[in-house]
Amino acid sequence: MTEAALPRRQPFAMRFPSVMVFLAILALFTVGVTILSEGFGIGVISTSFVKTLGKTLCLCLVALAMDLVWGYCGILSLGHMAFFGLGGYAIGMWLMYARTEIIVLESLAAAPLPPTPEEVTNGIATQIFGVVGASEFPPIWAFAHSLPLQLAAVVIVPGLLALVFGWLAFRSRVTGVYLSILTQAMTLALSLHLFQNDSGLRGNNGLSGLQNLPGLSDVPQSIVSMWFFWGSALALALGYLLCTWVVSGKFGSVIRAIRDDEARVRFLGYPVEAFKLVIFTLTAVIAGIAGALYYPQAGIINPAEIAPIASIYLAVWVAIGGRGRLYGAVIGAAFVSLLSTWFTGGQAPDINLGFYTISWVDWWTVLLGLSFVAVTLFAPKGIGGLVDILIDRKSPNRHGADLGPDQGALREQEADK
Amino acid sequence: MSMKFLSTTAAAALLVSTLPAFAQDVSCPIKVGVLHSLSGTMAISETTLKDTMEMLVDIQNDKGGLLGCELEAVVVDPASDWPLFAEKARELLTVQNVDVIFGSWTSVSRKSALPVLEELNGLMFYPVQYEGEESSKNVFYTGAAPNQQAIPATDYFLEELGVEKFALLGTDYVYPRTTNNILEAYLKDKGIAEEDIFVNYTPFGHSDWSKIVSDVVALGADGKKVGVISTINGDANIGFYKELAAAGISADDIPVVAFSVGEEELSGLDTTNLVGHLAAWNYFQSADTEANEEWVASWKERMGEERVTNDPMEAHYIGFNMWVNAVEDAGTTDVDAVRTAMYGQEFPNLTGGTAVMLPNHHLAKPVLIGEIQEDGQFDIISQTDEVPGDAWTDFLPESAVLKSDWKDLGCGMYNTQTETCVQIKSNY
Amino acid sequence: MLRIAALLSVCLMLAAPSSAQQADAPIQQLIQSQSELILKSSRRTIGPAIDALANSGLPEAQVVLDKWQTREMWVNEESGLFVYAEEIDRDTLRIFDFADGSEIGVVSDDGFDQIKPNSGIRGLIGTALVQFQLSDPNPETRQRALDAIERGAEESHLAALRGSLAAETDETILARKERLERLLTIAYGATNEERIEAIQSFDGDLGVDVRAALNPLLAVRVEAAGTLPEADDIGRVLKPGTDALSRDEAYELLVRADLAKPRISIEAQRTALIENISDGQVAGIQVATLDSQSARDMAYAALADQGTVTPVATEAEVDERLASHVFYERYIGAPPEVVVAAQLALKSIENKVALNQTFDLSLDALSLASIYFLAAIGLAITFGVMGVINMAHGEFIMMGAYTGYVVQLFIPDYTLSILVAIPLAFAVTFGAGVAMERLVIRWLYHRPLETLLATFGISIALQQIAKNIFGTQARPLTAPGWLDGSLVINDIVSISYIRIAIFVLALLFLALFLFVMNRTRLGLEVRAVTQNPRMAASMGINPDKINMLTFGFGSGVAGIAGVAIGLYAKVTSEMGSDYIVQSFMTVVVGGVGNIWGTLLGATMVGFLQKGIEWFNPSNTLAAQTYMILFIILFIQFRPKGIIALKGRAAEA
Repeated sequence: MTEAALPRRQPFAMRFPSVMVFLAILALFTVGVTILSEGFGIGVISTSFVKTLGKTLCLCLVALAMDLVWGYCGILSLGHMAFFGLGGYAIGMWLMYARTEIIVLESLAAAPLPPTPEEVTNGIATQIFGVVGASEFPPIWAFAHSLPLQLAAVVIVPGLLALVFGWLAFRSRVTGVYLSILTQAMTLALSLHLFQNDSGLRGNNGLSGLQNLPGLSDVPQSIVSMWFFWGSALALALGYLLCTWVVSGKFGSVIRAIRDDEARVRFLGYPVEAFKLVIFTLTAVIAGIAGALYYPQAGIINPAEIAPIASIYLAVWVAIGGRGRLYGAVIGAAFVSLLSTWFTGGQAPDINLGFYTISWVDWWTVLLGLSFVAVTLFAPKGIGGLVDILIDRKSPNRHGADLGPDQGALREQEADK
Repeated sequence: MSMKFLSTTAAAALLVSTLPAFAQDVSCPIKVGVLHSLSGTMAISETTLKDTMEMLVDIQNDKGGLLGCELEAVVVDPASDWPLFAEKARELLTVQNVDVIFGSWTSVSRKSALPVLEELNGLMFYPVQYEGEESSKNVFYTGAAPNQQAIPATDYFLEELGVEKFALLGTDYVYPRTTNNILEAYLKDKGIAEEDIFVNYTPFGHSDWSKIVSDVVALGADGKKVGVISTINGDANIGFYKELAAAGISADDIPVVAFSVGEEELSGLDTTNLVGHLAAWNYFQSADTEANEEWVASWKERMGEERVTNDPMEAHYIGFNMWVNAVEDAGTTDVDAVRTAMYGQEFPNLTGGTAVMLPNHHLAKPVLIGEIQEDGQFDIISQTDEVPGDAWTDFLPESAVLKSDWKDLGCGMYNTQTETCVQIKSNY
Repeated sequence: MLRIAALLSVCLMLAAPSSAQQADAPIQQLIQSQSELILKSSRRTIGPAIDALANSGLPEAQVVLDKWQTREMWVNEESGLFVYAEEIDRDTLRIFDFADGSEIGVVSDDGFDQIKPNSGIRGLIGTALVQFQLSDPNPETRQRALDAIERGAEESHLAALRGSLAAETDETILARKERLERLLTIAYGATNEERIEAIQSFDGDLGVDVRAALNPLLAVRVEAAGTLPEADDIGRVLKPGTDALSRDEAYELLVRADLAKPRISIEAQRTALIENISDGQVAGIQVATLDSQSARDMAYAALADQGTVTPVATEAEVDERLASHVFYERYIGAPPEVVVAAQLALKSIENKVALNQTFDLSLDALSLASIYFLAAIGLAITFGVMGVINMAHGEFIMMGAYTGYVVQLFIPDYTLSILVAIPLAFAVTFGAGVAMERLVIRWLYHRPLETLLATFGISIALQQIAKNIFGTQARPLTAPGWLDGSLVINDIVSISYIRIAIFVLALLFLALFLFVMNRTRLGLEVRAVTQNPRMAASMGINPDKINMLTFGFGSGVAGIAGVAIGLYAKVTSEMGSDYIVQSFMTVVVGGVGNIWGTLLGATMVGFLQKGIEWFNPSNTLAAQTYMILFIILFIQFRPKGIIALKGRAAEA
């Protein structure tokens, strides 16, 4: 928290040793997985686990965004998984369209008459929407044929939604828990909307078969999964650098100040709403990109992914990892989501109490919920707090003044402990 | 006792003596993957199927296994999380190396697993009634296609109950949407005017039914007999039937036929006010045959007296036994060989008659219509002959020209008009 | 025939020596002659069998039809003889002879098949039975006959009904009979005057049956002609291309009447072109150039010129044909005078119907509002008064509902069990609320965002625990019998008693809340602690205790709401999450800290949702989406809700 005080001219690596450590670990991890993978290495790690790891990296990226908006700026957004999902939908539309187009063109090429453009479009529409009982393209698919436009949509759609929503919410000074509930309502409305068949995105079925890249059907998934793994690792590295850059410097100081005392910052003459809007939109864009990388690995996206509970879990990861420190978010997302996979995957051994057998498939969620309460009550710094103990970092003594993400979240007595 | 032992030993000896011919194709134990959610929203329905599969595997092992091998059920939990179905299917096929998968309930979970099954050439048996409009080389659909449930039930409404005006009520997801689309086209074919078909979609778990029920009652204002075809899913049925009962609508005035309400769903309800409303399935627990009595008895013995059996369980029962027979015929668990051996497999239904596996990967099965009784069971009032399942419906123009025949044409989406195969993979 | 019957009876004697069924009785022979149809049991083919019985003139025929309809008819699998039977238990029957109603004996049901007429056949039997039942001494039987007429009226019923009017003694049945007589007169009356008189007598009547009788009279057939014919039975003139008659339909009509050339579908055109490919050309046009619709149209026209395919109408021709014809409706349901009378009667009815529908919709909205209010009122206490965000509030509702379910497991009497369940649900959730406040919330009073997250954790855990205990299957919570059914004001306006009960409960809660807050010491202390805890403490109030009690009270109220919501909808582990966002919306929209605000918020949300549903009746999901969007926008422009607190309380 004292970066601002450091001399300006020092090289980046010197100013942020933690970034270098993080990037080194990430690079080591990537190389390690590549060597152990089926596609490019000795095949110790199965393709399905590579996909799990790749997805985890994407979750780490969206957790970074969450940390930026919540841990640093104090906005507890329960809508970032909605932005994540929107990114996935945007790329998914192109993947579905392009893959289907190839199939339709192939099948029509064999016909005695050359296909008319209408026949091609109808053919694609029937293939994509036949399963949900429609056969026409809804207007939102207007750009689905173009990869660059849909890639732009990955950034623009979540960004625009965040911009409009944020502008409305911040200008009417909706803050704190009210804002959280409002973002949750937005998420709920979006997922309810997408659940409808009439939304034009195949309703409850969502977009599927996204792991098959158009035109690359001959490339085995063991290779494709590695491509996405590398992509996710790169995105996480860039995201980490970007977030570090944002939270350092004057901008970072202002947003932390907003978190600690919004009114005071406003009285100092800063346009608080503009700062919040920038952060909210920027993190929405990061979430969208993470989603666009995640869903081709998952293979399917549907509205259940956007349900409010997903965003709550995101907050849980960040809180358990440790708010207000970027590596905390990454640790939290990776740790909790992998642990979740392990417990719900049925691999965790059941505990036999004699009178009752605890099956983790059933009890994991209970444990997660309660451990979350415990973290909130007893370890507000999360897992990241362990790092403090390790490097013996002391929080500054602020003589009882408020500090931390919320109004009075961390009082001096606690800080001194 | 000793006779029985002798015959068992003889059978085992026979089995062993024929073993060397194909022993090299089989690695023991033969693994049967079970891909059903054990947690999350679908757990209630799917856990039952996991138990069914474990029971079937145990029964088969008691009979001496398969090709001289023990069978082993490999159970994974996709947790009602659709992307996890793809991940777990991959895990089953590549890490656990299972020989066959029995799994999925919702269409979206099946569509999630499909690309993986096709990529890795797996084999899956899907046991639930579904909307059709799909055909995959790697999936056998042992549940009902629309023409094995929805169409016969609609015929029953038209012909037996004389319904002239239809309310199609459904939960807003793919199965009701597609089924209702097919039914709308079918009813128009039968001369029902468009304004005599009322369609409504509600969210999952909907509970506020009063307006919809009064809308349905108001349909009777032009003097035509009204019938409700319900594709309402799961919990939402409870509120719907409660409101129906509160409005005092008897089955004689406005009959309701449901496609997603079985013995399990009724156990959450007091059925006294619902007596006489209908459901259409390929199986009811009340079916009066010896095979069914034995099946219900062994299920209750294993799981407890209060447990009920239902249609998807029968689908797994038929699917599993057909697969066992096909493996025996093929002498191997190799997917391509088993698939070829599956065509034309016959196995007796629990409701009487014989199910046949068709080249389009669907079964020919009888359609049953049951009236709800006070004890939450169904009284079977109509049973058809075996109806061959149809992957592509004949009542939607885009699908009417399509045909699925994996045996001779080797194509699941064959356009009979242009005589070309639209695609070899399925449309997911 | 007799010999066969005799033979059958011998067989029967051999098979079941104890029975002495009269196989050659006329009624049995009559049934035997129809046995094939009866056993086939299909509504389409059953007609002759029912007619044969109903018109046989045999006194036992009524018994046969009666027993058949109530599924008490069985057939002996071996002899093929029909009997009726009482089921003593699952496997044994006491069988009776149709011939004289004498008991034949008690037998196992193995040799007998139950005849199960479906409800279509039961309806037909009921229709046939009407003639026997209309003058039956038992009023219930007469009512059943009237039910049968309502469900499937026949022309013959009119005479039978008129004949039975004079002898009718029961006043309610007489009123029903008279009404039915008039309805049947509308459909089957011999003269137009008679029918018009009957129609006029129903002026302004809201019954669905009246509209059901009137609407078929207005049936029309759309016709086309060069000029509009002058006749009494011509209704509206339709313009092609409107909602009432699309362009395609209109043209199709002309084609069917041979007034225009057919059109061709794209598919058929394609097939025709493919059939005429020769040397890579169609009518001299290269196949490779046929990659647009206009090129294909030209190729087809060229083929038509050659005479190889039938010419089809071009768009211009279609327009021309449509323009040169008039399309109109012709009344085919009744003579013109009757149609006019029916139109007038329907018009007056429809105005009243619209009014009543609006009223019914308002009742629905009010009922939905009361449900939201009930779900939110606990939150209005914990969030509104104390400012504690409790995301596990929905799970308290769930706990209340499950408490009700468990109580019903032990107390089978529904009325008593609900009476026990309500206080017990309050106690359970009060306890849970107090425990949660003591263990978690009081440590987080100054950290609202963390309270939100911690209570989320509790909510997730509670939901999963409920799943582990009760399973994910919905559990039954059954309302007592006196809450079954609905209050029917007329055929349009009705509301179920359970909804009325919820409405009353919501009002009671409102009163309770107002009483506790404004008239008791606890309320005074609660208000003091919320406004200024330090000051309150120095006045001798223990803020800890008050916070604990208030939170417990709010949670307990949620528990009772859970019982009510479970009664009307369902009990599942996820029922809480269905209500949590809406509940918060209700409280926030209404204005935090004011119970009247919550009431207004719930009313607004309820009416809004029903209003949107009314605009878009086929998609309830869209209604929910739009409602949430509206609320989000509403909060943007009125962040403090409908009733905003002013002054010092607002800063608390």
